[in-house]
Amino acid sequence: MSSRNANGSLIDDNHGTASIEDELSISRWKELKERFGRGWFRFSRNPISIAGGSMVLLVIILALFAPYLTPYPQHAREYTDFSQTFQPPNREHWFGTDEVGRDVFTRVIFGYRISLLMALVVLGISVPFGVMLGLISGYLGGRVETIIMRITDVFLAIPALVMALAICAAFTPTIEKAMLAVASIWWTWHCRLVNGITRSIKMEEFVQASQVNGASPLRIIIKDILPNCASAIIVKVTLDAGFVILVGAGLSFLGLGVQPPKPGLGTMISYGAAHLPTKWWLTVFPSMAIFFLILGFNLLGDGLRDVIAVEAEGI
Amino acid sequence: MEGRMAEPFLVVENLVKHFPIRAGVFQRQIGEVRAVDGVSLQIERGEIFGLVGESGSGKSTVGKTIVRIFRPTSGTIHFMGKDVTERTKRNVDFLTKQTQMVFQDPKSSLNPRRSILSTIEDALIVHRISHNGRNRRMIVADLLKRVELSPTYMYKYPSALSGGQRQRVSIARALAVNPFFIVLDEPTSALDVSVQAKIIRLLQRLQKELQLSYLFISHDLSLVRTIAKRTAVMYVGRIYELAPTEQLFLYPLCPYTRTLISSVPVISKEENRIKPAKQSIGGEVPSPVTPPSGCAFHPRCELADDICRKQLPDLEEVLPGHFTRCHHVEKNMTLDQIKEKSMIKKQGKS
Amino acid sequence: MNNNMLQIRDLHVHFHVYEGISRVLDGVSLHVLKGERVGLAGETGCGKTITMKSVMGILHIPPATIPRGEILLDGRNVLKLSKKELIRMKGTDISMMFQDPMNALNPVFTVGQQLRDVIRFSGRRLGEKSVLSKKEIYDRAIAVLREVRLPDPERIMSNYSLELSGGMRQRVLIAMDLVNKPKFLIADEPGTALDVTIQAQILDLLKELVKTRRISILLITHNLGVIQEMTERVYIMYAGQIVETSVTASLFEAPKHPYTQGLIASVPRLTGGEIAEGIPGTVPDYTVAPSGCRFHPRCPHAMTVCRSRKPPLIELDRDHEAACYLYGGQNG
Repeated sequence: MSSRNANGSLIDDNHGTASIEDELSISRWKELKERFGRGWFRFSRNPISIAGGSMVLLVIILALFAPYLTPYPQHAREYTDFSQTFQPPNREHWFGTDEVGRDVFTRVIFGYRISLLMALVVLGISVPFGVMLGLISGYLGGRVETIIMRITDVFLAIPALVMALAICAAFTPTIEKAMLAVASIWWTWHCRLVNGITRSIKMEEFVQASQVNGASPLRIIIKDILPNCASAIIVKVTLDAGFVILVGAGLSFLGLGVQPPKPGLGTMISYGAAHLPTKWWLTVFPSMAIFFLILGFNLLGDGLRDVIAVEAEGI
Repeated sequence: MEGRMAEPFLVVENLVKHFPIRAGVFQRQIGEVRAVDGVSLQIERGEIFGLVGESGSGKSTVGKTIVRIFRPTSGTIHFMGKDVTERTKRNVDFLTKQTQMVFQDPKSSLNPRRSILSTIEDALIVHRISHNGRNRRMIVADLLKRVELSPTYMYKYPSALSGGQRQRVSIARALAVNPFFIVLDEPTSALDVSVQAKIIRLLQRLQKELQLSYLFISHDLSLVRTIAKRTAVMYVGRIYELAPTEQLFLYPLCPYTRTLISSVPVISKEENRIKPAKQSIGGEVPSPVTPPSGCAFHPRCELADDICRKQLPDLEEVLPGHFTRCHHVEKNMTLDQIKEKSMIKKQGKS
Repeated sequence: MNNNMLQIRDLHVHFHVYEGISRVLDGVSLHVLKGERVGLAGETGCGKTITMKSVMGILHIPPATIPRGEILLDGRNVLKLSKKELIRMKGTDISMMFQDPMNALNPVFTVGQQLRDVIRFSGRRLGEKSVLSKKEIYDRAIAVLREVRLPDPERIMSNYSLELSGGMRQRVLIAMDLVNKPKFLIADEPGTALDVTIQAQILDLLKELVKTRRISILLITHNLGVIQEMTERVYIMYAGQIVETSVTASLFEAPKHPYTQGLIASVPRLTGGEIAEGIPGTVPDYTVAPSGCRFHPRCPHAMTVCRSRKPPLIELDRDHEAACYLYGGQNG
């Protein structure tokens, strides 16, 4: 029946391979559908994640298609029309116009583009870097870990905003520099998070099983440990996005981030603040826009965290 | 069993494994866990060798050190004639293809984030047994069939499987590299009795078909009695008795072995009849951090006297193939003497 | 009737889950007489834990529901008690010994603090005129620790649970359970988390205490050896149904229900020999449980009637009943 064949391998291959392959691909699709279906079911059952997800999705769509969805896309660039300055919200300008006659609504939507880009760049740089360091330090342990984690501690002690302020003040402030500044400290949170998870997973038997199989540390880190960190990272990234946007807006508000005439939300608030309370629409709408986006990310992150916790309990 | 060679396949000599205990900001070592404190054993090709003991005995550590999850503190391991104690690349390559391990906890021995296919084919990829994804799928399908699971299970994730099914997957993973030797660390302890029976039968069948050797580690004495050819009893890092299984259970010589066997709750009269009388006076199982001096069982042994406190008895061959460690057992006893000694206090339950 | 400490009558418990209604308990009936030691044995998922939780009143009522059944503890219907009455009952009339002694004690309090808490509450609830004095509480604590044969009880009082070994923690737990002189003890897998030599000590201790204090005990476990050593009568449970009940000795000598037979055959023996093939198939999904006898898909003797109606418990001998149509009952 079954013993080792000429190569010493355990295989006996007397079956029609065609039918087995078909069966396998059918079951593969079935499993994928079921997994996705269950994940979606859990997600959709949770009102918080649906709310957050919708809000974020809305903003993303608006930002992506801004040129097509806004009434005055050219107002997002250099544009002045002094006949239309300081119009309160009306039918032509839903959010009113600003001090040089630009449509606030259009600029807010384009402002979303900048905010999202900021989050993307900052997290896109810092997260992979931080995760990688976290995995390496957590798995290798010993001196490597001590060195990496102590460096992390030093960086963690620096508040992101302060760092960004310092760099922007030292050089000419641009939004790019601000983003890099934030990224240069942001990685530490992810490094620490992943380091912690790696340390606990390292002890699990499935990691030992991979070691017994002769897998290299790199392979174990990527195939065994990283997938188990994925949920925590995703939740954190979602919550981070809101915070990064807030930091960016704060910097712009202080004049160190997005420079005019670019429609940064923080910048708009800063310029509009001088005209409070009479021309309230200059600050209120950009503020609400920021609030909406950050709230969306926070709800989404919370919702994802709930969904993942439920999944962990196996309900 | 036919075709079995009498030469030892795995030879472990004076294996020692200590784990440092670190504390403080600079992680200085303040003590050590003497998990394995000098273990020697030999396993033959195609043999099922049982290793029993309670917590802190070191039995799991022995298994994990043999498959090189842990590095030995000292001692040697010879496998198929080669000295594989050193952690060279050659040794690691050699060992990981010939030896494998099946773990205890079905929940943590499979990565919850990897499909069954990914888990099992890992070994095939690492050892370059197959470069072709389709080929690997066929091999995995075969392995799943061998452990009595449908090949369509390969796309499932561990959370969709029951404990028994997960252990089957663990066994399939172990078989993927065509090993000669498998360490099974409590493979069925987390399973229900009826499921355990099926898994044990599967393991026995595979062993016969593929001429595998097993190191079967368990705290369940009845289970080891059923399937192991020879059995060793460990206590606080050392072997205290080693004998052919039937002989160990019928004529246990070491007082600890007798205490162990007599403590097992059994369900039939026949089993009760062969249980020896308890020879311990209570007390706790010692921790391997602070093992007792001399013979580790002396704080709990009725026969303990001065020499037991001071000196660790050697593991001596009292009968051909039957080794034990006790100052109160004479070397070279005849079988009759042994029978008499172990019968003296046997429980005669009606 | 009043000789019964515990009586469960036709208990049904359902859970509302994503896939539908999970009918976990399907008409469970059992009883424990005063002073009796009864075992409830079954494998994972058979419903013994749910049964125990129902008796103790710690079942989460949504998502669980109890559409039918009664649980009488010393005559009172537990399911109809108010929350206040339930609280009063727990710890005094009925006590529960949890499975894992390693985690059941609070690590941030000393043994003494926890023991004193337990004693103090009991004093008030039993309506004693005055709360016990500090000395009285201390004496009671020491006394009960001595009763569970812990050496040096004075020192144990000031120990934290992490400083104690598994066996000692288990004894402390037993002490905490017994200090309020309960009439009924539910023991969930006693000693399973402990080494076998320690478990033997604990089981001996338990047997002795139960005898001297005349406590009724319901012992829940999957370990048939423990059932044999500790109980006088046993119920075998499968998939939410009681399939067999008998005096313990006769159950192991001559099991009648096919599930029990398969189960007992699967137990490895100290005398060696082959283990049986196990029982083919798996535990059913309770949302689509098999009709009639829930064991019929896995039963080598299944007949047509087994699919249609749940078999009643048929009396085979004095004190030996099995729910199986092999022994009649088709026309019942």
